[in-house]
Amino acid sequence: MSQSAASPFFKRLPFALRIEARVEEPPGWYPLTISLGAILLALILGGIVIALAGGDPIRSYLHIANASFGNVGVFSDTLVKATPLIMTGLACSVAFRMKLWNIGAEGQFIMGAFGASAVVLAPLLPAETSPWVFIPVMLLAGMVAGALWGFIPGFLKATLRVNEIISSLMLNYIAVAWINFWIFAVWTEGGFQMSPQFPKNAWLPRLTDLAARFPFFAGLTTHLGLLFGILLAVLVWFVLYRSRWGYEIRLIGDNPQAARYAGLNITANTILVMMFSGALAGIGGMSEVTGMVHRLQTAPLAAGYGFTGIIVAWLAKLNPLAVMPVSILFGALILAGREIQPSGIPKMIQGIILVCLIASDFLMRYRVYLVRKNQEA
Amino acid sequence: MDFTIILQAGVASGTVLLFATLGEILTERSGVLNLGVEGMMLIGAMFAFKVTNASGNPWLGVLAAILMAGLLSQIHAFITVTLQADQVVSGLSLTFLGTGISLVLGEGLSKAGTVALLPAFSFPLLSQIPILGPIFFTEQSIMVYLGYVLIPLAWFYINRTRPGMHLRAVGEYPAAADALGINVFRLRYFYVFVGGALAGLAGATISLAISPGWFSELTTAGMGWIAVGLVIFAQWDPLRAAFGSYAFGALRRLILDIQGPTVFVGAIGGFKFLEMRNPFYYNPYWGFFLQMLPYAFTIIVLVIGSREAMRKRLGAPAALGNPYIRGARGL
Repeated sequence: MSQSAASPFFKRLPFALRIEARVEEPPGWYPLTISLGAILLALILGGIVIALAGGDPIRSYLHIANASFGNVGVFSDTLVKATPLIMTGLACSVAFRMKLWNIGAEGQFIMGAFGASAVVLAPLLPAETSPWVFIPVMLLAGMVAGALWGFIPGFLKATLRVNEIISSLMLNYIAVAWINFWIFAVWTEGGFQMSPQFPKNAWLPRLTDLAARFPFFAGLTTHLGLLFGILLAVLVWFVLYRSRWGYEIRLIGDNPQAARYAGLNITANTILVMMFSGALAGIGGMSEVTGMVHRLQTAPLAAGYGFTGIIVAWLAKLNPLAVMPVSILFGALILAGREIQPSGIPKMIQGIILVCLIASDFLMRYRVYLVRKNQEA
Repeated sequence: MDFTIILQAGVASGTVLLFATLGEILTERSGVLNLGVEGMMLIGAMFAFKVTNASGNPWLGVLAAILMAGLLSQIHAFITVTLQADQVVSGLSLTFLGTGISLVLGEGLSKAGTVALLPAFSFPLLSQIPILGPIFFTEQSIMVYLGYVLIPLAWFYINRTRPGMHLRAVGEYPAAADALGINVFRLRYFYVFVGGALAGLAGATISLAISPGWFSELTTAGMGWIAVGLVIFAQWDPLRAAFGSYAFGALRRLILDIQGPTVFVGAIGGFKFLEMRNPFYYNPYWGFFLQMLPYAFTIIVLVIGSREAMRKRLGAPAALGNPYIRGARGL
C-alpha cells in the first residue's frame, strides 16, 4: 500500500509528503533514535510551555539534571525514586503486551503497600520478628493484595466484557479511600493522618545500613527494593520472551483472532495477566512502604507511580529490560521536580513525552519522504 | 435533610457529567475513542477560572475553556486520525498532558479568591410546578438550563438529521461513508473537537458555577473518567446519558450531605418523613466508604451496560477504536 497525502492536513503544506508503509523491519538503531528524538522534541515543547508560564526552561532543565545526577547522594535518591517505577512499569508492560489496558497500577501499588503494612500493623507478625521472616511475608502480602486488586478488572473483563480501562481506573480511587480509612480510623498515630512507623526489622535494608563496613555508603538510601526490581525485570523478560505463557500473551496481544483459533484460553489469560500485572505493582507498593516511607501514609504512596508506570512502559516499548533505564530517567524527573516551580512541570513534561512518543510511532510504521510539489507534478 | 435540595444540587452537579458525556458520545459515534476527557475538563476548568479571574467576565472564561479544550483535543485527532496511532494510549497521554499543563498554568490560581460566576436564576412559570419545579427550575445555573436544551438537541441531531447520519456512517462503516463522498478524516477531526469543546464546557461549569474555584486535580476528581464510563452505560444514546448523569450528580451530592445532620428528617417538597439517628454522623469514618461509592457505582453501571449490550447484541459504533486507512481492507 502506497499513499500520498494521507489526509487533508498534508495537502495544505507547500511541499508534498510521500508516505509509504514500511515493508521490511527498520534497522536496529532506528527505534532508539526515534525515541530519543521524541524525547528531545518533548523537552523543547516543554521548554516553550515553561517559558510561557514565566519560567526559565534552560535553568529548569539544568536544575533537574544537577538535582538528580549531580553527585552520588542525589543519584542514590534518583534510584530510590526509580525503584517503584520499575515495578509499575513492568506491571503495565505485561498487561499492555496482551493489549489489556491496565490503568490501575496506581491502585494495585497502593493495595500492595496496604497488604505489606497490614503484616506489621494488624499485626500478623510481632514487631520483634527477624527480618528474614518479616520481609518475605510482607513481600507475599503485598503481592497477593496487588494481584487481588488486579483480579477484579480482569475477572469483569473476561466474564462480563466490562471495559478494563475504566474499571481499573475507578479501583484507584477506591484504593485511596480504603487506605485513608485504615490510616484515619484504625492505625492512626495520635490522630495524625499516618500509621506509626514500622519497627526497624520490617525495613528493607538500605546501603547506609552497611556504612559500618563500607563507609562510602553512609547516607545512601537506595534499598533492597532496587534489587527486587532488577530481578523482576529479568523474570518478566524471561516469562514474556522465553516461556510458553509469554508466547501466548504476545500472540493474544498481536492477533486475538489467531490466538482463539489456536485454542488459547483468552478468558483465563485475561484474568491471569491482570493478576500478574497487579502482583508486580503490589510488590512495588510493598517495596516503597517498607524501603522508603516506613509507615502507611497516603501522600507519599499515592504519588502517581502507577500512572508514570504507563509512560515508562510505553517509552521502553514494553521491553522489561528497557524499563530499568527508563525508570531511572523518570525517577530523576520526579526527584528534581519536587523543587522546581511551578510544581506541575514534571507531570506536564511526562505528558508531552508520551504524546511525542505516540506520534513518533508513525515513523516506525511508515517511511516519509519530502517531495517538492513541482517535482511530483 | 431536605431531599429537594439534594436533588436540586444533584441536577447541577450532574450537568458537568452531562456535558462531558454528550461530548464523548459524539466523538465516539464518529469512531474515535478519546480517553482524554479528564485532561480536557481540567484544561477547561483552569482556563475558565484563569480568564475570568483576569477579565472579570465569566463568559470570556467559558469561551476560553471551550477553545482551549477543543484545541487540546485536536492533538488527539492528529495522532489518531492522521498518524493512525493507538487511540487508547493517545487518549491517556492527553489526560496526562491536560493535567500537567493545567497544573503549570494554574499555579497560584487556587489563591485567587472569588471571581464573577455564571448567573443562576429561577425559571419563570416552570419553577412553580410542584416537586419538579424546585428541583429542576429553581435557582439553577444557566449551564443547567443549557444542559436541558442540549439533551434533545443531541438526540435529534444524531438520529434525525443528515449530518447526524453522516456522523453515524463514519463511526459504523467509514469505508462506505468515504465511497459516498463523506470526508471521513475531516468529520472525525470535527467531532473530536466537539467532544473536547463540551469537555471544556464541563470544566468551566465546575470552576465557574457548581463548585467555583481551582483545586488542581481535585477540581474534577475523576469525573472525566466517570463520563467515559457513562457513555458505555448510555449505549451511546444522549437520553440515557442524561439519566445517568443526573443520577450520578444526585449520588455525589447525597454523599456530601448525608454526613451533616445528627438526625435524619426526610423531606420532599415540604412533606416530612423518617426520623432516625444519623449513623454517618456518629461514625465519621464511614465517610471513606461513602467516598468510594461514585467509583464503585461506575463499575456497577459498566457491568449493567455490558450485560445489556451482550443481551441485545447492541454495542459500540463498529469502527470505534480503529483508524481509517483509505484503501486498506476491512473497516
